[in-house]
Amino acid sequence: MNINTTKVISLLFFIFSAFYLYTAYQIQVFAFDENAPFNARTFPIYLGYAGLFFSGLKLILPDPNTIKVQHKTLEYKKTVILIIIAIIYGATILKVGYFLTTSLFLFSSYYFLGERRWVLMFLLSFPFVAAFMYLLHGVLDIYLRDPFLKSIGVMG
Amino acid sequence: MIEGILIGLTTALTLQNILMVMLGCFFGTIIGMLPGLGPMTAIALMIPITYGFDPATGLILMAGVYYGAVFGGSTSSILLNAPGVPGTVATSFDGYPMAQQGKAGKALAIAAWSSFAGGTLSAIYLLFMAPSLSKVSLSFRSPDYFALMILGLTAIAAFSSKGQFLKAMMMVVIGLMLASVGQDSLSDITRFTFNNMNLTDGISFVLVVMATFAMSEALTIILKRNDPTSAAKQVSLTELGSIKINKEERTKMYKTIPRSSVIGFLIGVLPGAGATIASFLAYGMERNIVTDEEKEKFGKGSVNGLSAPETANNAACSGSFVPMLTLGIPGSGTTAVMLGALLGFGVQPGPRLYMTNPEIFWSIIMSMYIGMVILLILNLPLIPYIARILAVPKNYLIPLILFFSITGIYVMSFNNFDIYLMIGIAVVATFMRLYDFPMPPLILAFVLGGLMEENLRRSLLLSNGSWEFLWDRTLTACILLTTILIVVWHIYKTMFKKTKG
Repeated sequence: MNINTTKVISLLFFIFSAFYLYTAYQIQVFAFDENAPFNARTFPIYLGYAGLFFSGLKLILPDPNTIKVQHKTLEYKKTVILIIIAIIYGATILKVGYFLTTSLFLFSSYYFLGERRWVLMFLLSFPFVAAFMYLLHGVLDIYLRDPFLKSIGVMG
Repeated sequence: MIEGILIGLTTALTLQNILMVMLGCFFGTIIGMLPGLGPMTAIALMIPITYGFDPATGLILMAGVYYGAVFGGSTSSILLNAPGVPGTVATSFDGYPMAQQGKAGKALAIAAWSSFAGGTLSAIYLLFMAPSLSKVSLSFRSPDYFALMILGLTAIAAFSSKGQFLKAMMMVVIGLMLASVGQDSLSDITRFTFNNMNLTDGISFVLVVMATFAMSEALTIILKRNDPTSAAKQVSLTELGSIKINKEERTKMYKTIPRSSVIGFLIGVLPGAGATIASFLAYGMERNIVTDEEKEKFGKGSVNGLSAPETANNAACSGSFVPMLTLGIPGSGTTAVMLGALLGFGVQPGPRLYMTNPEIFWSIIMSMYIGMVILLILNLPLIPYIARILAVPKNYLIPLILFFSITGIYVMSFNNFDIYLMIGIAVVATFMRLYDFPMPPLILAFVLGGLMEENLRRSLLLSNGSWEFLWDRTLTACILLTTILIVVWHIYKTMFKKTKG
């Protein structure tokens, strides 16, 4: 049986809108604001109904432009690896510091995307990040936390 | 007025102020090009520097940064499909496809000329129409703004979705839902934060735009690596193309620029509307005006489709100065930052600014002309160098796009929760892109969400909770009627297509 993925997404959005609407009704407002013409929950409630309306219409109405995605040709493996690298990058950036994590993120991303020109990979990671960091921190005066560089005495 | 122009010229044409415009345009272009660092960040960075100057010089510097960053944003929209600011999202609709066809140089040249023409024309409009335009914007009330925002969102859903109106409307609702996360602006009550402190201030615009455009674009490129269609696109991306605009393209631009500059300027004058709505409306208007043959090219690299939003967003930048200088109400987020700087100088913008500080008012207008000329001189010769970003192989470009996106978020909040949130939104956006769910309506809705709620709040409170405000004023009723017609027409079209099938 062929399942129309657009309809599945619409159904998911319908469920999400119902949850959003339920949560909107749960927003605690001040007692004096409870019966006001407009309070903190008014707009979200309308949005919840709008979500139900449009996703409901998409579910009911025919879909003349059905999208067919060729999953076999999609490169899921590399995409997932890159997402995992980005998550690890996010998890370590505060503890390790901007310079080392960003350089390693770039270097490993080049590697997993199939690049093997080591010198270029190195130049476009460590020295590149150092130059960019100088632009942000040194020229534009944007503070960048870096415990690693601090520990080796490069950054104050 | 002549006296005012002379005062403005005398102030703007000092060596120091010309240098400030040049520096502002240059740094603005560089910063605006980096995805995640738009005009607001650029101007905010400049504020401490401007305090060393007199108010006129400080504002001239900030205005230069503004124009430069808007042009820089267009560059990243065209080359990377990563608009750093919402005002340049519409530029990517046709600019990026044009770059993919190996005409990146041409796309950038069209953008540069359109920006120049839009900015210059709007500066002329501003010069002659500033006093009367302040009256026009004064006549707009909250119900009109609310209706105008509904119209803007419906219009973007109608023209960006390529026959997928309901999908686009769903994206609009998602954008508004994302904007509703965080503290309510009036009561400070937290909404949809699920007791997570990181969400109390809401989700930042840069995070959403980076996730739905830059990051999801990078992920889509990897995902479709083996797709024969996208492989063809990758090859063509390495060709930079000429920056010369031929006669046929010039003819198209001659027609597009005047009408887009008018709409851009008028929308820019309306407080809160700004470059985003202007560029989207100009794009939509242009699509409706052109011939059927030309209409088919929209979204695939149309000259009109690129020129219209570029002209309009620059015209709107000039227009947005009108409410800020004459009413003290910012026309956009960026002019809101500038308003803060003005107050820091001890200058109170408003109708009396003409009389109390004429040199500030007129020198900013005069510096607009100078800024536009400098931008053109600076950017046109640099186009071949700027376009070289395209020559970077995908194995390097994709990690670099991710790096700029993540850095853009990191330097704003120093919080890894924002990085996770961005990755999460990007993954969902990538999946939805595969099924043709358009992202621009989500972005516009996200930007307008807060303003829309504010105007609905005011309208409902003023009418004691009655929805009569929707038809009480003729202007509101007309705008809403147009919106209803668009919705009904698109739903009818969807149903009719199936019946026909």
